[in-house]
Amino acid sequence: MAVNGAVTWLRRAGEMDGYGLSASDTEEVHVLAVDDSHVDRKVIERLLKITSCKVTAVDSGRRALQFLGLEDEKEASNGFDGLKVDLIITDYCMPGMTGYELLKKVKESSVFREIPVVIMSSEKVITRIDRCLEEGAEDFIVKPVKLSDVKRIIDCMTTDLRGGINKRKLRDEGEDRSSSSPTTVDSPTRRLKMTSLEEHVFSSKK
Amino acid sequence: MERNPLRRQLQIMRKSLFDQGYLDEQFVQLEELQDDSNPNFVEEVVTLYYRDSARLILNIEQALERKPYNFHKLDAYMHQFKGSSSSIGAKKVKAESTLFREYCKSGNGEGCMRCFQQLKKEYATLRKKLEAYFQVARQAGPMETACRPK
Repeated sequence: MAVNGAVTWLRRAGEMDGYGLSASDTEEVHVLAVDDSHVDRKVIERLLKITSCKVTAVDSGRRALQFLGLEDEKEASNGFDGLKVDLIITDYCMPGMTGYELLKKVKESSVFREIPVVIMSSEKVITRIDRCLEEGAEDFIVKPVKLSDVKRIIDCMTTDLRGGINKRKLRDEGEDRSSSSPTTVDSPTRRLKMTSLEEHVFSSKK
Repeated sequence: MERNPLRRQLQIMRKSLFDQGYLDEQFVQLEELQDDSNPNFVEEVVTLYYRDSARLILNIEQALERKPYNFHKLDAYMHQFKGSSSSIGAKKVKAESTLFREYCKSGNGEGCMRCFQQLKKEYATLRKKLEAYFQVARQAGPMETACRPK
């Protein structure tokens, strides 16, 4: 899978030669998945692998920070670009550190704040969603997670959002979703963030 | 129309699980993640679910033996249980979980107890049906694609 217009700090193929990784490895999106539920971890891992991502799945916010090298609030001095995380996808409700707390820690870090963070939750609480988005979450997925949710996230990641062109928006299925977007959501990025909520709240089926 | 008798049987069993409301769309999602490299993915997830959730069932059972009920704790356990049940598409089990949580929120201990008994029944029934289903599935060999129920 060719990753065009890549996430800005995806490592270049040339840097990886010394570590025995092929060019295709460097183009794979590396996702850190965080969920205390073993079942959900297994599912999200499979969903991500099917979407051609490399996955590291951990069972707590704590372990996620450990993996990133942020646990003791020291900056990670990671010599291996190959372990770089391109996306964090985390459950909201977890014992110990919640997904929201993890999000905050990531966004507070000068090294990791650029990593997009997606929150998953079984509960569609508007205030919760807003709080996460305000804290810098890229998107909010309502559980149970579907393949289309993951595909959308990964697809959007490989679009240069900073360039302002949102491929997903252009390719939009074109139904009432875009016209029913709340007027406060005016930037392409914010509209992206509302998608998963709208799919569940505004869908007329079932 | 499936000619192979085992596959035919499998189709019938599968359709019945959906028609009778035991499974929902999320189960189909899992089926779509199954392929030649992961031919038993759905069964693995379901097995994991039953193994993992047994602990939660036990926790809830024990919590229901302590009066007065700690509804907050009961709700927390059920929230986790509901999440996993939802992830495998266990429709009836999920519905009972939702009801249980409503009883917790309204502090209805008797409702919780009754509901939990029903939940355990559904949980056990689904397990039997899925075990039978996977047994036939293994005998029948890999299916091509998941078909969406009507």
